[in-house]
Amino acid sequence: MSGETILSADGVGKTFGAFRALRDVSVAFPRGRLTSIIGPNGAGKSTFFNVISGALLPSEGRVVFEGRDITGLSQHLLARLGIAKSYQITSLFPQLTALENVRIAAQALVSRFGMWRPRSALPGLVDEATALLDGVGLGRRLGVPAAGLAHGEQRALEIAVALASRPRLLLLDEPTAGMSPEETRSIMELIVRLATERTVVLVEHKMKLVMNISDRVVVLHHGEVLAEGTPDEIRANDEVKRVYLGQGRPAAAGLR
Amino acid sequence: MSALRTALGRVVALCGPHRVAVMIVFFVVFPWLMPYKALAINVLILGLFAVGFNIVFGYTGLLSFGHAAFFGLGAYGCGIAIARYGLPWPLALGAGVLLAGVGAVLIGGLSIRRRGIYFAMVTLALAQLVYYIFYQAEPITGGENGLRGVDVRTIALGPVALDFLAPTVKYYFVLVFVSLALWCLSRVLESPFGAVLEAIRENETRARACGFDVDGTKLAAFVLSGLFCGLAGGLKAMHLSIVPTEVLHYQTSGLVVIMALLGGMGTFFGPFVGAAVFLLIEDQVSLVTAQWQLVAGSLFMVFVLFFPNGIWGSLLQWVGRAP
Ligand SMILES: Nc1ncnc2c1ncn2[C@@H]1O[C@H](COP(=O)(O)OP(=O)(O)OP(=O)(O)O)[C@@H](O)[C@H]1O
Ligand SMILES: [Mg+2]
Repeated sequence: MSGETILSADGVGKTFGAFRALRDVSVAFPRGRLTSIIGPNGAGKSTFFNVISGALLPSEGRVVFEGRDITGLSQHLLARLGIAKSYQITSLFPQLTALENVRIAAQALVSRFGMWRPRSALPGLVDEATALLDGVGLGRRLGVPAAGLAHGEQRALEIAVALASRPRLLLLDEPTAGMSPEETRSIMELIVRLATERTVVLVEHKMKLVMNISDRVVVLHHGEVLAEGTPDEIRANDEVKRVYLGQGRPAAAGLR
Repeated sequence: MSALRTALGRVVALCGPHRVAVMIVFFVVFPWLMPYKALAINVLILGLFAVGFNIVFGYTGLLSFGHAAFFGLGAYGCGIAIARYGLPWPLALGAGVLLAGVGAVLIGGLSIRRRGIYFAMVTLALAQLVYYIFYQAEPITGGENGLRGVDVRTIALGPVALDFLAPTVKYYFVLVFVSLALWCLSRVLESPFGAVLEAIRENETRARACGFDVDGTKLAAFVLSGLFCGLAGGLKAMHLSIVPTEVLHYQTSGLVVIMALLGGMGTFFGPFVGAAVFLLIEDQVSLVTAQWQLVAGSLFMVFVLFFPNGIWGSLLQWVGRAP
């Protein structure tokens, strides 16, 4: 699994007060692949996403994106550089329609301080947003405020909003959280499709699915990288088994 | 009742796209709905002040307790230019707006990164600082007696010199500026920048994740707001022909919060409704009792507790056009 690295974390640590949420995390994500990050609750997966997307400043270490040191750059700059994230806890513009949620995200690439011409004069954004919503299965829900969508639809909208930034690196934090098995399957299909065109890093608890679709898997535990490798390597890893068995849910872990 | 509701809803829907034009038409006849013209002038000026305040409060979701600074800087800037330097009123008005803008850059720059109550407190403290500076600088500002001699007698309109002391002339003069300001604001709200303001109000975190510089956008909105409030202040100075120190007082900051909330934060017309209702209560109830502030305060409480969308916002909601 060689090839170009799109983003690498180098000795990243993050402390909240006295608590160390991440310690010495070094991983590299190969461009064009789907990498999954797994790990028990509280392992530091979301924190790691926050660090590499610029939402949190790491306490130590550095992050390199496409050859450029991006440690400490603010999140809005990273978004424009090509890193987008969907949130574990749905984070949308609740009163705005599904279409406007995606349109405004797409607008960030072309106009941020334009005060005079009407927003409707910006070419292509509505079409782009409509196409993205079609792609995540919300083509019939364009005019519905985000707050009025069903949970599964909101999760899909999360992804569409992230895609509107045209990211080269897409971070998905438990995109199927709280979804029915059926919704989960269709979102997973979507993710596989998305991963053919860009680099995707996925945090997910549903282990069987993860093992089926990922090129690589990183296991975080207590803020540290416990193991890293292909799904087969991870399945065979004794330490990983122990951690998941220790959690008392070997079946859920899908490690057999 | 429900027929009325539907009909009103339809009217509002029809007016929506032409809201600036509809408001101008309304304001053209407005003086005849008021007990006297000076009150109508005050509604326009304080309404414009509240409109400017609403840019940060209603549209961006920032509660500033220091907006008297921009109203006051506009008033003093315009007043000093006329009374001390004898500048013609167009330049003086421009100077007032500019001074308010500079004040907004400074105060906004120092406060915009604070959140919630801390933002309110920092803006309050900085506005008080401005108040004391102007209060102390007596040779220039007239100190506690206020700035006198802001005399504008005539407004030259080509060859015609309009008598600025005539209330009707004064009203329509102010209305020209209010109309221009509303037209600009309407465009800004419709612009891509206006969309970013909505996004920030809805979800700051997500707006940032989308690639928007949230602090920079807030600062831009704050300065824009300061410019509008400065224009209102400049018009106030010309209207009164003096600048009382109260324009910079924190009570003025409180007043604009009350008017915006009473009328309906985040609505286009609400600030004027709030200003009109407040000034009418002050004017009419004070004829009956000195306790008019009790009436205004009670009404304000009722709205904050039971109709958080304010008078205009609640009306829009009632006719099915949520603000
Ligand atoms: N802002 C914060 N302040 C203090 N502690 C935090 C903060 N954010 C996260 N933590 C702690 O850091 C640890 C890692 O949290 P994180 O959200 O990264 O875990 P996670 O792997 O995403 O877990 P989950 O699977 O439940 O989403 C947890 O113990 C959490 O309580
Ligand atoms: Mg998490």
